[in-house]
Amino acid sequence: MTDAALDPGAVRAIDLASDASRARLRRRYRAEARFRAYGIAALAVAGLFLVLLVGDIVIKGLPAFTESRVTLTVTPQLSQVSTDGTTGADALRGGDYAAPLRASLQELFPEVTSRQDRRRLFFEILSGGAGDDLRRRIMADPGLIGRPVTVSALLDDSADMYLKGRLTGRVERTGRGTLAISGATGDVTLDSPGAFRDTLATIKKALRDEAAAIEAAAGRVAQRLEALPVGDPRRATAQAGVDADRSRAAALRARAAAPEAPEVLGTDTPSELVAVNGGIVKLTSIGPSQAQGRVLVPLGTAGTVSEGAWRTITLLQPEGSRRLTDQHIAWLEDMRAEGLVTRHFATRFFTSGDSREPELAGLLGGLVGSLLTMFVTLVLCLPTGVAAAIYLEEFAPKNRITDLIEVNINNLAAVPSIVFGLLGLAVFLNFFGLPRSAPLVGGLVLALLVLPTIIIASRAALKAVPPSIREAALGVGASHQQAVFHHVLPMAMPGILTGTIIGMAHALGETAPLLLIGMVAFIVDTPQSVTQAATALPVQIYLWSDLPEPAFQAKTAGAIIVLLVFLFVMNGLAVVLRRKFERRW
Amino acid sequence: MNTKLLATAAALALAGSLASAPAFARDQIRIVGSSTVYPFTTTVAEQFARAGGGRAPIVESTGTGGGLKLFCAGVGVDFPDAANASRRINKNEFADCQKNGVKEIIELKVGFDGLTLANSKKGPDLKLTKEQVFRALAKQLPDASGNLVANPNRNWSDIDPSLPNQKIEVLGPPPTSGTRDSFLELVMEPGAEKLPALAALKKSDRKAFDAAWKSIREDGAYIDAGENDNLIVQKLDANPAAVGIFGYSFLEENAGRIKGAAIEGVAPEFDAIASGQYSVARPLYVYFKKQHVGVVPGLDKFIAEYVSDKALGENGYLGPKGLVTLPAQELAKVRADVQAMKPMTSEAGI
Repeated sequence: MTDAALDPGAVRAIDLASDASRARLRRRYRAEARFRAYGIAALAVAGLFLVLLVGDIVIKGLPAFTESRVTLTVTPQLSQVSTDGTTGADALRGGDYAAPLRASLQELFPEVTSRQDRRRLFFEILSGGAGDDLRRRIMADPGLIGRPVTVSALLDDSADMYLKGRLTGRVERTGRGTLAISGATGDVTLDSPGAFRDTLATIKKALRDEAAAIEAAAGRVAQRLEALPVGDPRRATAQAGVDADRSRAAALRARAAAPEAPEVLGTDTPSELVAVNGGIVKLTSIGPSQAQGRVLVPLGTAGTVSEGAWRTITLLQPEGSRRLTDQHIAWLEDMRAEGLVTRHFATRFFTSGDSREPELAGLLGGLVGSLLTMFVTLVLCLPTGVAAAIYLEEFAPKNRITDLIEVNINNLAAVPSIVFGLLGLAVFLNFFGLPRSAPLVGGLVLALLVLPTIIIASRAALKAVPPSIREAALGVGASHQQAVFHHVLPMAMPGILTGTIIGMAHALGETAPLLLIGMVAFIVDTPQSVTQAATALPVQIYLWSDLPEPAFQAKTAGAIIVLLVFLFVMNGLAVVLRRKFERRW
Repeated sequence: MNTKLLATAAALALAGSLASAPAFARDQIRIVGSSTVYPFTTTVAEQFARAGGGRAPIVESTGTGGGLKLFCAGVGVDFPDAANASRRINKNEFADCQKNGVKEIIELKVGFDGLTLANSKKGPDLKLTKEQVFRALAKQLPDASGNLVANPNRNWSDIDPSLPNQKIEVLGPPPTSGTRDSFLELVMEPGAEKLPALAALKKSDRKAFDAAWKSIREDGAYIDAGENDNLIVQKLDANPAAVGIFGYSFLEENAGRIKGAAIEGVAPEFDAIASGQYSVARPLYVYFKKQHVGVVPGLDKFIAEYVSDKALGENGYLGPKGLVTLPAQELAKVRADVQAMKPMTSEAGI
């Protein structure tokens, strides 16, 4: 800018005090204020989404980090835990460790004798892997055989979800008034003046609501029916449907209109349990002051109990639409009331491999698979990427060929990751014959994915080193290579590492390329080397998310939390490196 | 230099790994294929390992088509031992297998997967016929004079006055999914045949008829909800007006939130699917290579575990996982065939 450019005659005199000028000023201030408001609003929206997303995942994922267990005292017999009556490691490994647990549960509930109930108690309350902890303890110390041992046995996923309140809504109330029970087992009558009136009223109200809903739907059909031409065959069938619905609604209304008439509780209405005298009764029909019930867990004694000494438990989800029956829940409630049920941190989630039983499934396989894959990626990528960057930035002549290479590196960074998977399948698996599902191949494919990122970041870091450093080195007689390796590269290293870590974090979250090379698989064993079959952390998330059991939904969210923590740590590390070592000129 | 060392090491590692690449010995069974059969085969794999049968087989989820392609690629340790399939192997795939030396294939029919149309518990009870579903979802319907026109139905009640007066909003699998193929074959094709105009078209122009039932409308009434059935369940829960299409096991696991629509008067329930009364069900298969039995350790034991009463029986462990198992008589026949290692022949009616 020179003074000659400013022609004094061209500068208009501006009266800063005029109204027009003030209005302009105000407008500019307003524009700025508006822009700031937009910025804050955009940030707030982004923040809100982040909080919603992370909050949702954390709420869903928390149950995955705890597990429910029941404390049992067992006396393992040699005949149960050893296949041939000796205490050799092989004999003990093949033993049935669930047997002593089942015997202990049977002692807790001696009344369970029918085949179906025993199956429920032994296989649907207790986890299929409940004996694994006992096996570990006994194999470490065979002296425990034949002696009473206190074990904390893992519960099945449905039981666990119930105890965490995720299976059904549950309302517990202390009983009002005294309660007289006619027996301790079998079908019983419960008398309590007025105690069931509220529950009955709720049931009657539900009947009224149902009747109203049916009538409304029938009314709408009837209306549309009028629009059909007379003689249309659909008219008669629809009319019959309307009539049937109306009479059903009328029957429901009649039941609802009699406030004192007892109601039968079925499998499509919320269940009512009464816990009294150390036992649990399920109500089968209910009147204002009297109820009929079936004993699910035997009572200590029959007779009359005083106010406050009994509880009612309402399970809002009807029995017909949940995984556990009232009988299962009665056992769980009984064990909980006796203080046998405990909740622990699920170390299993981090120390075991994949499983089809949600309560046994863990992340270790995915974690180790991811680490092995990342290791291969890093070993390949960092040296190659940095070497390529140094050559292109410092040594390569600037001509068409290097321009072409540069453009292609930038293009490569934008190629969708699934393409690298296809490439991996065609080249590494089919041509080189490397093993399927191996972290070696996964690492090779991800290396291709990360390489452009690292080259671009490294070149930027090298470029940011001021020429004076290079020139000073050359000036004191260093060779070009010495100048680059002794002076430029060390100064560019923080930038290169930051780029590498961000690239690796990107690779850590990739699933698509791994799909094609067979890493999307159910693998129980934890991989020991880069050529053994393995999955990766994001693949584990993908696989779990597609399984029907609700407990796996919690596992999915839990695994997402673990992956996010890893990514945060990696990105945090990148920030720390930059802050600590970055130099500004 | 540090970097130089690293670079050299990496180059050496790569060269070493490539040199030692071919012919990895295998002591583990490898299975590929359908994501629908995946939850069941993995359960058997785990139980097999738990019962001391050896290392747990590796089960890949690749989809039926991709799985059978890998399966048929050849014989030897580089190729999978078994393939999960949510439909029967077809003629081309069978021929491909034969060509590549996979001469003896053992077919195991493991059970059924009921396809369900379901909506939220908060929504109305649905009773649908296949014709109604076709009228709701077809891209084109015949008008009064029999010409195909764009589907005019907006609400369910436009199809039949007994259906709810609600916008047609169906969440279902994308075109790449095997579930979608089954839905088309089991619901849309029979539904189309019910319309006189299309039934006539079937006789006169088979190709046009196939195009009619294979085309699902794209005007927003049918929404591709992705391969993940859990996602569909969540969306149904949030939107009581929507109807979803997915496998029976998801209905069973989420019975507290969603309910299945009766199709042709039959509700999707275990017994109805197993007996064949519920007509929207497809058989599920696992294919084994007989030539691998005895070569890959434990394969014979794994097959025995799969057909055992413990797994597939009436009270087997696959039932609670959502598999609709075969009726006892059929299971006995399937088991006998599999245990005798009877290979499929091209005359098996595929």
